[in-house]
Amino acid sequence: MVYREMSALSGSLWTNIKNKRCGELMPIRQMYFLLLLSRQGKLRLQKWFTPVTEREKKVTREMTLMVLARPPHSCNFLLWRDLKIVYKRYASLYFCCGLEDQDNELLTLEVLQRYVELLDKYFGNVCELDIIFNFEKKAYFILDEFLVGGEILETSKTAVGIAMEEAETLQETMEEYMSKPTY
Amino acid sequence: MSPSVRLQEMIRVIRGARTQGEERGVIQRECAAIRAQFRQADNGTRSHNLAKLLYVHMLGYPAHFGQMECVRLIASPRYNEKRVGYLGAMMLLDEKQDASLLITNSIKNDLSHSSQYVQSLALCTLGCMGSAEMCRDLAPEIDRLLRASNSYIKKKAALCAVHIVRKVPELGELFTPASRSLLSEKNHGVLHGAVVLITELCERNPETLEQFRKAVPELVQIMKGLVMSGYSPEHNVAGISDPFLQVRILRLLRILGRNNETASDAVNDLLAQVATNTDSSKTAGSAVLYETVLTVMDIKSESGLRVLAVNILGRFLLNNDRNIRYISMTSLQKIVQTDHNAVQRHRGTIVDCLKDQDASVKRRALELSLALVSAVNIRSLMKELLLFLSSCPPELRAHTTSGIFNAAERYAPSQRWHIDTILHVLTTAGGDVRDETVPNLIQLITTATELHCYTVHKLYRALIADISVQSLVQVACWCIGEYGDLLLRGECEETEPVQVAEDDVLDALETVLQSHMSSPATRGFALTATMKLSTRITHNVDRIRSIVSIYGSCIDVELQQRAVEYNALFKKYDHMRYPALSTTALGPVSSTAGGDLLDLLGGLDVTPGETRSYHVTRPGKTLGPNYRLFMTFVSHSHPPQSVQLQMKAPSGDVIPAHGLGQVTQTVLLNNPNKVSLKMRVRVCYTSQDFVCQDTVQIDSFPSPAW
Repeated sequence: MVYREMSALSGSLWTNIKNKRCGELMPIRQMYFLLLLSRQGKLRLQKWFTPVTEREKKVTREMTLMVLARPPHSCNFLLWRDLKIVYKRYASLYFCCGLEDQDNELLTLEVLQRYVELLDKYFGNVCELDIIFNFEKKAYFILDEFLVGGEILETSKTAVGIAMEEAETLQETMEEYMSKPTY
Repeated sequence: MSPSVRLQEMIRVIRGARTQGEERGVIQRECAAIRAQFRQADNGTRSHNLAKLLYVHMLGYPAHFGQMECVRLIASPRYNEKRVGYLGAMMLLDEKQDASLLITNSIKNDLSHSSQYVQSLALCTLGCMGSAEMCRDLAPEIDRLLRASNSYIKKKAALCAVHIVRKVPELGELFTPASRSLLSEKNHGVLHGAVVLITELCERNPETLEQFRKAVPELVQIMKGLVMSGYSPEHNVAGISDPFLQVRILRLLRILGRNNETASDAVNDLLAQVATNTDSSKTAGSAVLYETVLTVMDIKSESGLRVLAVNILGRFLLNNDRNIRYISMTSLQKIVQTDHNAVQRHRGTIVDCLKDQDASVKRRALELSLALVSAVNIRSLMKELLLFLSSCPPELRAHTTSGIFNAAERYAPSQRWHIDTILHVLTTAGGDVRDETVPNLIQLITTATELHCYTVHKLYRALIADISVQSLVQVACWCIGEYGDLLLRGECEETEPVQVAEDDVLDALETVLQSHMSSPATRGFALTATMKLSTRITHNVDRIRSIVSIYGSCIDVELQQRAVEYNALFKKYDHMRYPALSTTALGPVSSTAGGDLLDLLGGLDVTPGETRSYHVTRPGKTLGPNYRLFMTFVSHSHPPQSVQLQMKAPSGDVIPAHGLGQVTQTVLLNNPNKVSLKMRVRVCYTSQDFVCQDTVQIDSFPSPAW
């Protein structure tokens, strides 16, 4: 019987993630979270792909401090507890992913790159302020068209944009419809 | 005023707060307003209020009171409200929250909604935060959607199925048929989802794995198509067509080919093709190449292909991009055991990476270098490692020192090299070594009998240069105490001769004793060493006597106890001093320990005709923590009636380790008829939970004794 356990905060968060089948250890290849941080460490987006309590979320503060302390031109990978952290800085935002050990880090860099390109393309030169003031529309909704459960949903550069536009149209149509007076 | 402007207005106000307190105040007011709004009837602003709450939540403030609102909004017929409701559910309602179950029904309904965008919201949410219960409930729906005619829905259903399989693996069987047929899709999104799903199914069920091995040729075709295809603007990344899909297919092929000749054979050509045709000048290509290498190393590939893979990794090592060097070393680490020689060929480059500025690269290079140490390269590699140690980042020092010690222990070409290496490490990073280093080094020095003179000279010179590194100072003190006579003699084969006077040595030890930098343990070492020197020097015994008596009133209890005992040795038991302080043998578990006891009892200066008392001291020079000691005198032969034996209680029952103390037990033997006696002395003790025993036989007591 395959099971997975997440141990408590005081012990070792992120360690003890086991996936046993007939006694063998099986790796889970998964992205655990994607966070967007400002240079001062403020969260601009947090997407968790695994159930985590609020306290456990706060533990990642330690990780964000590590990332923010990295000198420029560093390697984009670092180890935190037993997760691999892949991060990339775009203008004033740090994009950080927490991965299980088996994942291909170079590909994750490409995932981050693609996400930034999608934001840029759909919203036109998006900056941190855009993401702050329109977080729900401009960061999360697009993210949900690109990643689901930590896996890539769509690899086409154009398909995500098309889906967003159509959803927006639907939303506007509904709003328009709702704001029409009823006779 | 449009409600969404109010959201932005709130954000602006929060950002405008100048202090944390001000921010908290604003947020408290807003939350109170939001709460009030939630309690009211539907007024068209619910989604915007929830959005505000989500913003506040992201700043780190509690937002649990919004959970029920999420549930309500998800159930709303309006798309924009559903959208924000589902977003709220993903942010506030993980499976640990009770409220999460309440949305199961809404999700179920939405999965059959006429609008694919509503369906997609439900699929996305279920795929992100669905609990095991919810997954069990809704799995049949997902399976139905996997067979839907709509690519947009199919790809989302595939990833939702992935999540379900992770939560409830038995449900994998449900999805197997549908996922097989998805492989014939043209849409990359669906194909990608299918490959991820199949990977997940195969990893959890060996039967499914068997089944999907038959799909290997199909996967190979798809992969070939991607590699050889022309430019596709939709999927092109730096010249690679859909690297995301390529990597996932390679990973699936790896799982299918593992431990299976047939599947591996079918894939060999493809891997060679990808390895040679992929342009790795950008990250995308390198990612694909990296996955290829991992696959080659994991399946039963031809040896030629393996060599190609290791060479690719070697090429990566020379890449300017730090990331690529890093992952190259990660991979080499995985294969260093199985393909040791192949990795050894790149040792030079790996060692160069030790000098890289980046901490992550350094760490990888260190791990790999330590794995590459062998009897052949130990000397040159150790030079590099010692160089690395002198400039390595603090977080790596402990690991480096223990790695160096392990390597030195396994492959030391000579004892002198070994001692030199350890001393070098202690001088450079003595503060970051493990506790066992001191006793281990002491043991090493003891066994290297020809090098005693060399070692004591070297340690003496290190001691007078710097007394801040405790581990080094402790070993130096011990060595000087033990082999001080060799130090004072002056000549030494292995190093240049230097004149060391008795006063110089005592000065050095006193400096350690008095220094604030010395830890209590270190001072213990220094005091014992000073005491030992009393039997090895000739002129300054009085000075030693005075040092020892001063410390008899030292505040540190350990030191005081020791000094008092040493004082006693001087005053009352001066005849015991030489035997007690002579060169100690190896640790208690060795067979020479008996000889040690004999030393203690021999050479007694006794006056006949009286009851003699024999003091047995056992200097605690053990390698572990405390001893429990009890002594029994056992007669070799049935003792004559006239001989009386009286054993007094020992002065203590625990001997501190590292020569920091001793236990004395007095035995009174009354032999008025001066019968010749033989005795066997057995010392039983426990050391680190092992019960040990030493026995020595005394065949004759010195005749003047009686």
